[in-house]
Amino acid sequence: MIYDISVPALLIFIVFVGFVLGLSFYFARKTRSASSYYAAGGQIHWAINGIAFAGDYLSAASFLGICGMIATVGFDGFLYSIGFLAGWIVALFLIAEPLKRLGKYTFTDALNATFKSRAITLTAAVSTLIVSIFYLIPQMVGAGDLVTPLLGLPHWAGVVLVGLVVIVIVASAGMTSTTYVQFIKGSLLIILSTVLTVYILKHGFTLHPDNENRTYHQFLTLSPEVTGGKVTNVENWKVVSQQEVKGKNFVKLEKDGVPRWFSLSEKDSVYTLKEALSIAEGNGVILYNGEPKSNQKFFPVGHLDKIVIDGQEMESSGPVGPARFLSVLGKSELVRFSEAKFTDEGKKVTVYYQNVTAGSDFMLPGLKYKIGKGASAWSRLDFISLMLALFLGTAALPHILIRYYTVKSQRDARKSTILAIAAIGTFYILTMFMGLGAAVNGVLDVESSNMAAPLLAKAFGVFLFSVISAVAFATILGTVAGLIIASSGAIAHDLIDNYLGWKQDDKKKVRAGKISAFVVGIFAICLGIAFKGMNVSFLVGWAFSIAASANLPAILFLLFWKKTTSQGIATSIVTGIVVSLAIILTSPTMWDRYGLDPANALHKLDNPAIISFPLAVLMVWIVSLMTQKTKPAAAIN
Amino acid sequence: MHHGPAAELGVDNASAKKSRLGVWFFFVYLFFYAGFVVIGVLNYELLSHEVWGGLNLAIVYGIGLIVFAVLLGVIYNYLCSQYEDSLNREEQKP
Repeated sequence: MIYDISVPALLIFIVFVGFVLGLSFYFARKTRSASSYYAAGGQIHWAINGIAFAGDYLSAASFLGICGMIATVGFDGFLYSIGFLAGWIVALFLIAEPLKRLGKYTFTDALNATFKSRAITLTAAVSTLIVSIFYLIPQMVGAGDLVTPLLGLPHWAGVVLVGLVVIVIVASAGMTSTTYVQFIKGSLLIILSTVLTVYILKHGFTLHPDNENRTYHQFLTLSPEVTGGKVTNVENWKVVSQQEVKGKNFVKLEKDGVPRWFSLSEKDSVYTLKEALSIAEGNGVILYNGEPKSNQKFFPVGHLDKIVIDGQEMESSGPVGPARFLSVLGKSELVRFSEAKFTDEGKKVTVYYQNVTAGSDFMLPGLKYKIGKGASAWSRLDFISLMLALFLGTAALPHILIRYYTVKSQRDARKSTILAIAAIGTFYILTMFMGLGAAVNGVLDVESSNMAAPLLAKAFGVFLFSVISAVAFATILGTVAGLIIASSGAIAHDLIDNYLGWKQDDKKKVRAGKISAFVVGIFAICLGIAFKGMNVSFLVGWAFSIAASANLPAILFLLFWKKTTSQGIATSIVTGIVVSLAIILTSPTMWDRYGLDPANALHKLDNPAIISFPLAVLMVWIVSLMTQKTKPAAAIN
Repeated sequence: MHHGPAAELGVDNASAKKSRLGVWFFFVYLFFYAGFVVIGVLNYELLSHEVWGGLNLAIVYGIGLIVFAVLLGVIYNYLCSQYEDSLNREEQKP
């Protein structure tokens, strides 16, 4: 989309980031030993830790991705909210208590202490690294999306900026700073989401979502003359060409030398042309809706086609309560914008066309994950797979488990977790309102769904937008910092120290951690640029799938089955990583990323957990049974 | 990863009981969570039925799962603290 640089937003943004960095440096002075670098020396209060937990978890994916997905596909986005929160139940009820009882901080440490196996040290460290990197991708993609409207910078510049700032934070301070940063960020995120939701409800629904600074574009509807399915004449317009893409017809019309694309639809033998948005790319020139970017003709979208209140069609609703908001939307009709790609006169054209959707469909699962009538077995499987990964993935995320151990006692750790569940639960319910609010208030950027919530805030005023953008940016900073610490820990402590056995003094350990942080940070920047344009919640779903498959069977068997052997664990971790990665890399979504036709992908599954998790469980069980002899033998010796 | 010393927990007699409670609560939640997924896959139309205040089952069930998670968490914390108080105090008496 086309954005103007917002000076107040920029100022607040700079002040906020400066504050976060200042805090980091302040706590850096207090950080001396390796133990305080990684786990804050066990000195964090449980309430601070709980909100910091929420700050960790409510990453760019939650704030930007879920709101964006709800805004574009409705209830299917909310599935992520449900699943992400349910995942905490596994973490709290199954993992937290027993793992803490072992007196260990990460599942790698717990595994190592129990088995003292080099194979486990290696596989667990690799798994931590891969999961962290997959979780880093969406954060970086979100960062790039965020700075585009904020600073007027291109996507890649945002990714590089976040990467560099976080590397500075991690290399200078470590965990102590990030816990407090996460605390501030977690609190602000929940407060601001509440404010935004109040605005949405107060604003209610309207057919003309004009915002403070501009009127909403009135999309044209034309009546063409059609012969044999081909548009032959349109009053006041010159018919240029017509294209059929997957059963949908697109017509290029021209007026005053400016070409525009329209989608053709037919109802009861009456044809209608509806204005679409387009990007045409060729000969080194990109035209937005037929004109250069600077003409600002590439409009924000998302509006209601019909507002139905108590059976009556209305122009607007006035303020509504939360339940009424959801029920009115369920009975109204809204216009989503779907994407189609084709070639026209040697140019690559992407058309975003109007797709009128019944509110009743929007408020049900099925627009992204088809599970209703006529859904294929693959898409049903994909839905189950997603829900499984979200449920089981949380407990297996390396950066979540680390924060669990930064409080003094078991009781405090539990209280932290419950406070976190309450905070996160509240936030996830709010995502529903923010996402739906963005869907109908004419603020969406068709090129990226991730900016739905901040752009909605912009509609309600620049101040709210600037504060929310700053918090979202800090959200990303904090999460990326936590992940880079987890990854550098896996490299510096688990791989270099434990696996390779290079004994170093405290100072060198910290230095190794910082160098690793730098390398992982640079790698994350590259991936963030490569995955531009994808919904970040969807990307997080992948991180959860890998974590659930690689780590969770190992943790559960270690904690709950006495016959588990080191070979079983190592095989399970390898199976989980390899199978989930293989399925992801050959998925339709990745096929699209490679520039191939997704329909020709090796399979139709976008979420791997339904296959990779049971396989990993099977492997730890079978291999453990097969290697039972080694355990008693070792005990006898 | 390198850390400071493990938290000093002492002997925790409630540990086994807390773990068992955790497993029970996990299965209770799993039942309701899986229920949502199963309805979605096997009887999708049921999700569109209005159940409360003009809201369909999908919305009510979805938000319900979030609220239920928080509730279970609070109950779990309460029971665990009770176990710790009673079992660990008994240990100290003799």
